[in-house]
Amino acid sequence: MSDGDEAEEERPSRVARTGAFVDDRLGLARMARTTLRKVFPDHWSFLLGEVALYSFMVLLLTGTYLTFFFKPSQSETTYEGSYDALRGVEMTRAYRSAVELSFDVRAGLVMRQMHHWAALVFVAAMVVHLARVFFTGAFRRPRELNWIVGVTLLLLGIGNGFTGYSLLDDQLSGTGLRIAYSIVLSIPLIGTWITSLLFGGEFPGPDLIERFFVLHILLVPAMIVGLLVMHLAMVVHQKHTQFRGPGRREDNVVGERIWPTYAVKASGLFFLTTGVLAALGGLAQINPIWIYGPFEPSEVSAASQPDWYIGWLEGALRAMPAWEPRAFGFELPNPFFAGVLLPGLTFGLLYAWPFLEARFTKDRDEHHLLDRPRDRPVRTALGVATLAFYSVLFLAGGSDVLATEFGLSVNQLIWSVRLSVFVVPAAAGLVAHRLCRDLAARDAEPPDAPSEAAPPSGAPDPVAVADEEPEPDDEQPIAWPPPVAVSRTGLPPAHPLGS
Amino acid sequence: MTPDPERHARPATRQAYLGIVVALSLSILAGLGLAVVYSRGGQAQLEGVLLAVSLLGIGVGLVIWAQRMLPDDEAEEARKPLGSAPEDVAAFTTELERGEEAIGSRRLIVGLITGGLGALGLALVFPIRSLGPRPGRGLFTTGMAPGRRLVTADEQPVRAEDIPVAGILTVWPEGHQDEADSSTLLIRVEDESLFTEPVKLDWTVGTVVAYSKLCTHAGCPVGLYQADEHLLLCPCHQSTFEVLAGARPVFGPATRALPQLPLGVDEEGFLVARGDFEGPVGAGFWDRSR
Repeated sequence: MSDGDEAEEERPSRVARTGAFVDDRLGLARMARTTLRKVFPDHWSFLLGEVALYSFMVLLLTGTYLTFFFKPSQSETTYEGSYDALRGVEMTRAYRSAVELSFDVRAGLVMRQMHHWAALVFVAAMVVHLARVFFTGAFRRPRELNWIVGVTLLLLGIGNGFTGYSLLDDQLSGTGLRIAYSIVLSIPLIGTWITSLLFGGEFPGPDLIERFFVLHILLVPAMIVGLLVMHLAMVVHQKHTQFRGPGRREDNVVGERIWPTYAVKASGLFFLTTGVLAALGGLAQINPIWIYGPFEPSEVSAASQPDWYIGWLEGALRAMPAWEPRAFGFELPNPFFAGVLLPGLTFGLLYAWPFLEARFTKDRDEHHLLDRPRDRPVRTALGVATLAFYSVLFLAGGSDVLATEFGLSVNQLIWSVRLSVFVVPAAAGLVAHRLCRDLAARDAEPPDAPSEAAPPSGAPDPVAVADEEPEPDDEQPIAWPPPVAVSRTGLPPAHPLGS
Repeated sequence: MTPDPERHARPATRQAYLGIVVALSLSILAGLGLAVVYSRGGQAQLEGVLLAVSLLGIGVGLVIWAQRMLPDDEAEEARKPLGSAPEDVAAFTTELERGEEAIGSRRLIVGLITGGLGALGLALVFPIRSLGPRPGRGLFTTGMAPGRRLVTADEQPVRAEDIPVAGILTVWPEGHQDEADSSTLLIRVEDESLFTEPVKLDWTVGTVVAYSKLCTHAGCPVGLYQADEHLLLCPCHQSTFEVLAGARPVFGPATRALPQLPLGVDEEGFLVARGDFEGPVGAGFWDRSR
């Protein structure tokens, strides 16, 4: 420090000086303090969205690195790199650069595999986060708009995952693109036009990889970033929801201040997420394109499996009966049902859900206290049935693999899927409804014996609190008969958390 | 907002302190190790593990710190109503409407601006048309033409006897090997008399029949042949086609038979196409039958 060391003890701290410099110019002190003091409720399930956010940050970092080496070009070339099995093979520059960045760029393979794993975890975390928001009713007024932003983020995440693994031009991605082409082609009236404009002609199309590259690294990520900012800004502005508990009301929010504990914890979660993705990227092989080989339109291998988040679509395509309505010389091609109608309905219903539920329950009030799933048996049953429906389809997406594994015939398997897709969700929904009722009834009973979950009185043991799951046992409520007044009948239930 | 009660850092337990120190030390070591591994040529698994340890070390350290040592006071914040005060809404509405009147009174200008923007928007839609050709008849035709030889991936022409009995061979029209929609399956069965309706017998050459290789469901190549049952299977969605009966679909989502190709033999005995397939190949589209 050259400027006046002797005045050291009178000078404000460096933090204060920097703060003053910024504040003189922008006047943000008040806002910044409010931000530091912001209260965020603590529950493990509120971290799911954060995991999605951190996976996306890993995607941006690793993806940027990959763009320095990947060449999005369909021009033909011959491989001359260090992987023996492909030397001398004709391929596109896209595929070649992907193989080269895996074998000949130091740390390239780790980055590529981390990128792919991060994409799988990103979508998975969004789906689980969406389920949390659904089952706890966090989408209700005033958060319908944020639900819409969130569903859009899921849609974009799935879309960018698909364009991502389609870029490499290996045998597997080519097969996926071929099916995607056929799905778009099946749209009445405009399908032939859209495919021609999107692919630049008939499949495989001359410009596909260059176009998907721009979508994948610029357009869609920019939309995701914009929507993520909106998503988080709305959470900050509206304040997070919270579970019911002593002192927690509709008109307050109880939890931890952002600074310092919550901020440190959240940074820790970022590093943990990134670390797990790095371990996966280093140790768990994913999408080994050098084994699949370059894309040959006339070839396809058995057991071609898409990434997990496309599995339900693949399953629906397989399980769909051979219907193809025709009239007046026109037809509705079969892939339309599974490839266009089903995803259209899925996302249409997702978007509409907050409004549909408000209409059916006639509950248009503001809610900041979360439901426990058991308190809303019908919603929970519908959610469980929906998850079961997509799980059956997901399994059907691997029907050939399952058939080989378990020595069944593919035909029997598909027929059982066609049946299960109706029976399993119905059964799962009924069981869930029943469970909710039983749990809620048990909560309502006065406990006849001292429950083992009875918390110790007084301050919690610091060691127990420091456990990974923040389990605020002593803050858990007693029975919550759904929306009506809370009756405190005794000790907390044995299983305080319904979610 | 009321000020918090005095914040307190919790007394560090030995375990917590030790845990943080170990985690962060491991992280430092792993980071240095990563630099060493990288500079010595790199090794994917080691890089992944070291990167993971260096990140997880920081993560574990931060989480233990936050959970065990940093203040854990519960704070409460009031939730203010989200909607604005009625007078604010009213003031805003008045302001908006005043401006709207000023703008709206010039009907002609507003109309012309709307018209200009509309025309511009319409004009900007047209460059999208440059993205691809008009679908046209391309979807209805392939590279097959009368007299065109059928060649393998190595560009070798094929005689009927080159195909093993009960075997299949993928071929393309000569000079059109890069056209994805022209790939064709030649299937040689054991005996001519096995063919039944609706196989066009005059389109076969002896015991050899030719079908489009593209599945009529989603366009995947129908690459698996079960010779004992004469079934072609699509590996994508398991549509199954009966070769002896005109490749009609017998299982799976496909509804249409694989289009048959009229086969012939040229003067040198090589298999040729005598024309295009009997219908559009591959996945369906709305005006396919037109």
